[in-house]
Amino acid sequence: MALIEFHLDSRSGVPTYLQLVQQVRHAVQLGILRPGDQLPTVKEVVTSLTINPNTVLKAYGALESEGIAEGRRGQGTFVTSSAPSPLGDDVSKLRRSLRNWFGQARAAGLDEQAIDALLSEQRGSARARRVA
Amino acid sequence: MTAALETQGLGRRYGSQWALQGCTLEIPRGTVTALVGPNGAGKTTLLRLAVGLTRPSAGSVRVLGLDPREQAAEALPRVGFLAQEHPLYGGFTVDEMLRVGRKLNPSWDDEAARQRIDELDLPLGKKVRALSGGQRAQVALTLALAKRPELLLLDEPVASLDPLARREFLQSVVEAVAEHELTVILSSHILADLERVCDHLVILAHGRTQLVGSIDEIVASHRLLTGPRDEAEDVSRLHEVVRETHAERQTTLLVRANGHVYDAQWTVHELDLEEIVLAYLGQDAARRREAVPS
Repeated sequence: MALIEFHLDSRSGVPTYLQLVQQVRHAVQLGILRPGDQLPTVKEVVTSLTINPNTVLKAYGALESEGIAEGRRGQGTFVTSSAPSPLGDDVSKLRRSLRNWFGQARAAGLDEQAIDALLSEQRGSARARRVA
Repeated sequence: MTAALETQGLGRRYGSQWALQGCTLEIPRGTVTALVGPNGAGKTTLLRLAVGLTRPSAGSVRVLGLDPREQAAEALPRVGFLAQEHPLYGGFTVDEMLRVGRKLNPSWDDEAARQRIDELDLPLGKKVRALSGGQRAQVALTLALAKRPELLLLDEPVASLDPLARREFLQSVVEAVAEHELTVILSSHILADLERVCDHLVILAHGRTQLVGSIDEIVASHRLLTGPRDEAEDVSRLHEVVRETHAERQTTLLVRANGHVYDAQWTVHELDLEEIVLAYLGQDAARRREAVPS
């Protein structure tokens, strides 16, 4: 059985191959996929999502050029040892405070859209500060 | 390597009516192509020309580098064609259909065919006419795949199926593409189910090709621009305008862009494939309205 299962959001507007790339990146960052782990085979992804095999190849190709994955001839595609290491324990505090923040946002009556707007506003101004 | 399908100025006329006209396209091997257009657009005619069932009135067609009529003996064993009605003998059982397929096709892979039938839980002893639409479609696809074609042409394969059977059918198609070196061209009057399955697109309307290309390239090059009405002409000098609508002060243009669109005057939006396809089909309708004298 495959280690992770991909899912697609057809309304997101994000191209299918990019959704696969993002899901592998996230799985690596969250430590769900570790170096040496095998990604689902092209056939497995094609069967579970009913998508074009070339889309999966394109996603795995992009992951290879990012250095996150490597293809091994006749075996499949694997997470490399140089893949970014998962977020460590030091983020657990951040994660907790973020969870609290979401709780407060909900309690204040903010909906998904308002939360997204706030997040992207802060992300934008953080980026601007870093540049300045 | 030669293209899976290549046409040059291909046309077919029935009486005074052109079912297909001036069709020039090239479908690379290893791709899955959606042939999209309304009913009567010429999709079936193009597919029938590709397998030599119809003779061209103009131009030429080659499949896998071969002429499907002049070089039929060489070309046709390598091409699978599934006509719209999934033609099977209703009075035959599934098992009998498999035996017919084996007799008629030199390159028949009986083991793979029987394995597919088994995996899909299709009853071997049942008469074809007693099967559901989805099961019949799967049997027809099994027969088409068992001859190990390099090119598989499917005419409106999912139009008559319910959503689940449609999904299962398309799943079988993409699995076959993943397993073998197979090129698939499938026609449909709707794009919805096919978008994820296909990587190339041909839009046909009224016997003419409106757009041919890789879906990634198509999505990347089309943009929706909104801006001042009096500047619309400048844009159309640089980019191909597919559709334009005007409000009193604002113009909205759907363009196929030549390179980047840089202009502070215009707001640029990305488009999804369905919007692009609809614009091309609508453009064609608009052109016909203009052509009709009022």
